[in-house]
Amino acid sequence: MPLSNRHLLGLEGVPKEDIQLILDTTTTFREVLERPIKKVPTLQGNTVVNLFFENSTRTRISFELAEKRLSADAVNFSSSSSSVSKGETLKDTMRNIEAMKVDMVVVRHSAAGTPRFLTNICDSNIINAGDGIHEHPTQALLDMYSIREKFGKLEGLKVCIVGDVAHSRVALSNIFGLITMGAKVSVCGPSTMIPRNIEELGVDVIYDIDEAIQENDVLNVLRIQLERKAREYFPSIREYAKYFGITEERLEKNGKDIVILHPGPINRGVELSAAVADGLHQIILQQVTNGVAVRMAVLYLLGTMN
Amino acid sequence: MKIVLQNVNVVNPESKINEKKSSILIEDGKIVKIGKLSSSELNGTEEFNLSEKYVVPGFFDMHVHLREPGREDEETVKTGCDSAANGGFTGIACMPNTEPAIDSAEVVSLIKKQAKGHLVDVKVIGAATQGRKGEMISPMAELCEAGTVGFSDDGVAIKTAAILKRALEYSKMYDVPIIEHCEDESLAGGAMNEGFNSTLLGLPPIPSVAEDLIVMRGIIMAEYTKGKFHVAHISTKRSVKMVREAKEAGINVTAEVTPHHFTLTDDIIKTYDTNAKMNPPLREKKDVEEIIKGLKDGTIDCIASDHAPHADEEKEVEFEFAPNGIIGLETQIGLTLTELLQKKVLTLEEIIFKMSINPRKILRIPTPKFEKGEIANLTILDLDEIWTVDITKFKSKSKNSPFDKRILTGRAVGVVNNNKMFYDNNFINI
Ligand SMILES: [Zn+2]
Repeated sequence: MPLSNRHLLGLEGVPKEDIQLILDTTTTFREVLERPIKKVPTLQGNTVVNLFFENSTRTRISFELAEKRLSADAVNFSSSSSSVSKGETLKDTMRNIEAMKVDMVVVRHSAAGTPRFLTNICDSNIINAGDGIHEHPTQALLDMYSIREKFGKLEGLKVCIVGDVAHSRVALSNIFGLITMGAKVSVCGPSTMIPRNIEELGVDVIYDIDEAIQENDVLNVLRIQLERKAREYFPSIREYAKYFGITEERLEKNGKDIVILHPGPINRGVELSAAVADGLHQIILQQVTNGVAVRMAVLYLLGTMN
Repeated sequence: MKIVLQNVNVVNPESKINEKKSSILIEDGKIVKIGKLSSSELNGTEEFNLSEKYVVPGFFDMHVHLREPGREDEETVKTGCDSAANGGFTGIACMPNTEPAIDSAEVVSLIKKQAKGHLVDVKVIGAATQGRKGEMISPMAELCEAGTVGFSDDGVAIKTAAILKRALEYSKMYDVPIIEHCEDESLAGGAMNEGFNSTLLGLPPIPSVAEDLIVMRGIIMAEYTKGKFHVAHISTKRSVKMVREAKEAGINVTAEVTPHHFTLTDDIIKTYDTNAKMNPPLREKKDVEEIIKGLKDGTIDCIASDHAPHADEEKEVEFEFAPNGIIGLETQIGLTLTELLQKKVLTLEEIIFKMSINPRKILRIPTPKFEKGEIANLTILDLDEIWTVDITKFKSKSKNSPFDKRILTGRAVGVVNNNKMFYDNNFINI
């Protein structure tokens, strides 16, 4: 059974069957990645463009690796999207790229809705690799895959997303995906970092990190953006670390096993204490491998729809 | 030249006229007679049988961006006037956020010169502050002498309370309004209304309170200075409530609303259509409901388009990077008749007040009279015609409208003013 949409723009409205299919397909590719020859000929002859208007080496490399493991031809296009009027418009750029007979486009952009905009101006399959503070579906899929790997299921699990939810594309995708899969989702962070009306998505809001630890099976801890304007949303890094940072002490106090995910890179001593970060080392490396497998699954499922 | 508009329903509440199946005889651009005409009176006239269409005082849009001088690729005075005539307007007021801004008598004269001889009267709103920078009030005396009918820094609110106070005090001498684009600068800069939809779409939000704060500031300052304060494109529930209360308290405040703010909510942004991006942004259902209430009870005095032309290539970009605004002159009457008349929110007479009489009164422009010897300044409406908006037929130089392909009921089919008639897609000298 194929996916119900030929683009992956986000996880909002993506049906359970599709997510299930992507996660199951990920398992297959996860096995491929364990083989001595980590390559399959599935997308031979397909061209995929990685269109990155924002710096994100990790995500780009993960996609590029996934494309190469599937034997697709991968082309990278990077540009800064910070200027509005200077130079070529996105529409012109896209038209030029498409003239090169491209099958799929992986796009990362600082402006929300850009992947959707691309579907109006070109015929390729579009995969959102992060658009502004909107969605980052493959990151959420890999988070969900990692959780499922741990617990064997998603349904009924309690997952809390911790940190700057308002300025995170990972948060929204996780919320949409996890709720669709039957998990119970909450968010925890300073109130200035919790977007308005988030409850309407069916999530609980928690302002006390201890409560979040106590109540949940999984914490998905977001990276606090120290460099951007997000810094204006809390008084100081010290205060953030003190009241929302996850430390061994806190974990011990609440005396229970909890799975912690982090999309990386970690700000040690801010959202996670150094000790907690060290303890996560293995999981984070595993997440990186899962990331490649998830992206292989998405590329494969979309690429073979054509 | 003599023309007669035959078989028309004539409505003009200002002239206390409401006549069914009547006729209007116009000679050399002036009204000669309204009523039954004898065959001798019809002698030598060009007849237009309008089969019971409505003839109303010419509509006036008090919030139009003409883009001249500066962005003549998007709109000129000429194309803007053509667009207005095609949309059913005999008069417009143009906003001063041009390049350079309308902050000197020279720019006013330039616009007047370009508008000369057109069917559509162009009135000019001057910048409230020099260069719209919010630092020094503009030369209002000189501007008024050059024909300016109001002042605004539209695009932004007047920068500080101190400058607003001065602008209200100074403009009071000439009895012209200060028209505010109500948006607190420190809360501005987003791409859509802050609410559930902005959370869902990941777009940077503009909270409704950004508008409310500046409406409140203007009301308080208008009361204190006794100046005239006009709220441009009102869009939030709380703003409407505050204007209502201020009016009850006898404060000199008026307000306009755009058709898009009483027709649409931010739900239509879900496709990231940049033609749904404007400032103030589209709000929520509760806001639209209060606006409808405000239109009904008279809190909102006028309907104005905020006609804001933008080139295609500027709108065909990422949502956050697209400029704000849509064109509105050629959809405004259709939307008003569809959303307000057909849905029985307003009567035709109330619509005439909000689209013809009130905006002129706020700007102290004489209103069209349907009396012998008066200049024939009128709009012809077909209240029942069902039509589909087709942006390719617009006279505006720009095409940025979210209403393309929308089916509307009622439209303007012609206008008469300044010895000219626009009818059947033609300008005729009369
Ligand atoms: Zn404005």
